[in-house]
Amino acid sequence: MKFAIPLLLFLLIAALLAAGMNIDTSRVPSPFIGKPLPAVEMPDLHEPGSRFATDRLPGHDSVSLLNVWATWCPPCREEHPVFLDIADHVPIYGINYKDDREDALDWLKRLGNPYVAVGYDSDGLVGIDLGVYGVPETYVVDGRGIIRHKHVGAVTQDVYEEQLRPVIEEVRRQEVRP
Amino acid sequence: MAPEIGTFALTLALGLALVQVVLPLAGATCRRSAWMAVAAPAAWGQLACIALAYVCLSYSFVTHDFSVLFVANNSNTALPFFYRVAGVWGGHEGSLLLWMFVLAVWTVAVAAWSRPLPTVFRARVLGILGLVSVGFIAFTLFTSNPFERIFPVPADGRDLNPLLQDPGMVIHPPLLYIGYVGLAVPFALSIAALLGGRLDAAWARWSRPWTLVAWLFLGIGIALGSWWAYKELGWGGWWFWDPVENASLMPWLVATALIHSLAVTEKRGTFKAWTILLAITGFTLALLGTFLVRSGALTSVHAFANDPTRGLFLLAFMLVVIGGSLFLYALRARQIRNDVAFSLFSRETFLLANNVLLMVACAAVLLGTLYPLALEALGLGKISVGPPYFNSVFVPLALGLAFLIGIGHLVAWRRGDPLAVARRLRTAALAAMTLAAVIVWALSDTAQLVVIVTVSLALWIVLSTVVGIRDRLQRRSGPLLERLVQIPRGYYGMHLAHVGLAVSMVGIAVVTSHEVEAFHRIGPGESVEAAGYTWHFEGVRTVEGPNFQAVEGRVAVTRKDRLITVLFPQKRHYPVRDEVMTQAGISAGLGRDLFATLGDQVGGGDWVVRLHYKPLVRWIWLGAILMAAGAALAASDRRYQLSLRQPAPAPIYDDGREAVGRS
Repeated sequence: MKFAIPLLLFLLIAALLAAGMNIDTSRVPSPFIGKPLPAVEMPDLHEPGSRFATDRLPGHDSVSLLNVWATWCPPCREEHPVFLDIADHVPIYGINYKDDREDALDWLKRLGNPYVAVGYDSDGLVGIDLGVYGVPETYVVDGRGIIRHKHVGAVTQDVYEEQLRPVIEEVRRQEVRP
Repeated sequence: MAPEIGTFALTLALGLALVQVVLPLAGATCRRSAWMAVAAPAAWGQLACIALAYVCLSYSFVTHDFSVLFVANNSNTALPFFYRVAGVWGGHEGSLLLWMFVLAVWTVAVAAWSRPLPTVFRARVLGILGLVSVGFIAFTLFTSNPFERIFPVPADGRDLNPLLQDPGMVIHPPLLYIGYVGLAVPFALSIAALLGGRLDAAWARWSRPWTLVAWLFLGIGIALGSWWAYKELGWGGWWFWDPVENASLMPWLVATALIHSLAVTEKRGTFKAWTILLAITGFTLALLGTFLVRSGALTSVHAFANDPTRGLFLLAFMLVVIGGSLFLYALRARQIRNDVAFSLFSRETFLLANNVLLMVACAAVLLGTLYPLALEALGLGKISVGPPYFNSVFVPLALGLAFLIGIGHLVAWRRGDPLAVARRLRTAALAAMTLAAVIVWALSDTAQLVVIVTVSLALWIVLSTVVGIRDRLQRRSGPLLERLVQIPRGYYGMHLAHVGLAVSMVGIAVVTSHEVEAFHRIGPGESVEAAGYTWHFEGVRTVEGPNFQAVEGRVAVTRKDRLITVLFPQKRHYPVRDEVMTQAGISAGLGRDLFATLGDQVGGGDWVVRLHYKPLVRWIWLGAILMAAGAALAASDRRYQLSLRQPAPAPIYDDGREAVGRS
């Protein structure tokens, strides 16, 4: 029997990999929805001296987006123009993840900066608190700091129109109503 | 035309691979020597076809045939010739072609050197290698054909990823693949042994050089990847615990364990089932690495285009090959008998401890790599496992291993004498600890415990090596040179590899604890002090590369008014992909690296410049080179060449006892 253990272990891992492939990586992991955005703090990307904190995003009284990105991540480049387009409609905050500060600043300078403010998580430690697994990830956070939606993968125009925008508008309607 | 020839050659290769699987394996079962004899010619034919396909793709690259999708995505008219040739493995499809080519070369090597082996065994080994080949050729043809055309044909290509445009990156993938794919050979040897029940000292002796050579290339490939990351990613790091790095480290750890376990199996006829399991595991992890990079199950810096069908195909393939192998193992391993018992204090025990530590390290890396995936699959949220976890698991294991290395080789097989060993090592132990403390205190003002411990363990390995060689010399008589030559190369190879590990460990500990990194805003003509050096920023100029424009800074480094070096960090812009790359200016030295990267231009003509002082960082890779040299030396040991030439003993349905006498 003990010689079958490796086979069983392998089958377990294979099942895990199969499940891993079937995970729709853009699906929202349920535990995060409706929970407050974890309060984490990190240096500001532009001004290393000052702090960027998720629980008091400046102007945090209405719905906003929090986008985790990196210059080494190709999908981030893909979604970047979309953020530039929507930056006028909704405030976007960024967390620059496991990246090089100079590269990140350079990227924003060349491609344009859609972010109100960007935090700098150089070693990905903050990302652990936030539950960041892959980049890019984008959260819709309401005025009380509750996560209303989480999207993993590039926010393309379609993703924005079909998934993020309805949530943003719903949150806005609720916030007008009180 | 070339792409069509390429596709045709691949299809032909698939056919030949199928022949190489079916006929020899069937022939081995039905004892038909004519069927079995097909294996070697089929392997040669396959190599010819894959080589032809490879040449076709290279030709499309060199001649800028942008009607081939893969070329259009990974090349450009401005791309230098050198990188066009290397562009073949710059993306998913082409790198698969390289994978298959390497496998075909390994298979032919096995076919060429296995003539003395029993026909049935040889047919099985080649058949299993053919099975692996079938999987990969089919994978390429059906999900990732590198010869796919596009219409309309683009005017120019999208260029090779600038990250890959570096000499280190050009040789890293081929060497790594040689290592990865090389693990298929011990795997095939093990499965053939399980099928035939032939599992004796001769089998182990025959497996050892193949494993050593695969391990050698794997180690060099990993080290090159680390070196490349260090100079190209621009943040001065040399290991990232990225899933794909982990994917290459895991098979290396298992192969290291396998090398040691094979030694026991050969010399003592024991650990047999375990050795087989390690060989299977090593290849499984090599496949797993391939799967992880290409399936989209994990996100990583090494982003290949992800596609679920590819993942599904690879997973199905792994289920067949590995699931089948482990099923066979579960059925047959019970019948494997180990020959001799050994006492608690013996060489066997030390090698067992080595294996346990290496496998625990491998399991820890596997856990850290797959844990986030497991949590997500179970709907428990998403997490990221980072360097703190890996470092805290890995460091104690590596230190424990280093301690055992110093003792293991001096302990006798079967039953060692603890007191005698202690007596021989007494001086070495004392000297290692004292010397380490003295060296560390003398050279730095802030000595950390972990550095002292690492340095003393490294010295421990070196001194214990000296003791081992000295004692061996004393056992013989005659002129010193003659006695030195009489010691087998395998013995020197082992010690060289162990010393290599010691060198790497010192490099890792010292650079991690004592590196200095400074981040400065600085104008032309200004200087800053960092790490005891004066860094004088003389300004920038523009440089025109073949397919990029660069701004090049000039940083003169002086110490006590003496010029040490001038660094030329570059910031390159590749217009086709609109990507910016930092090219660090590095002054390399055995004692330290001085490293500068050029950041952004800020107001008033100032630049952001990042300066690093990296003591002993080169030792990390120097150690890797020593380890590889050790493996090469051991693999060239005369005993293996003899075992290649001499006809092996007739196959026996093994109960092992006969095997011991021969070793």
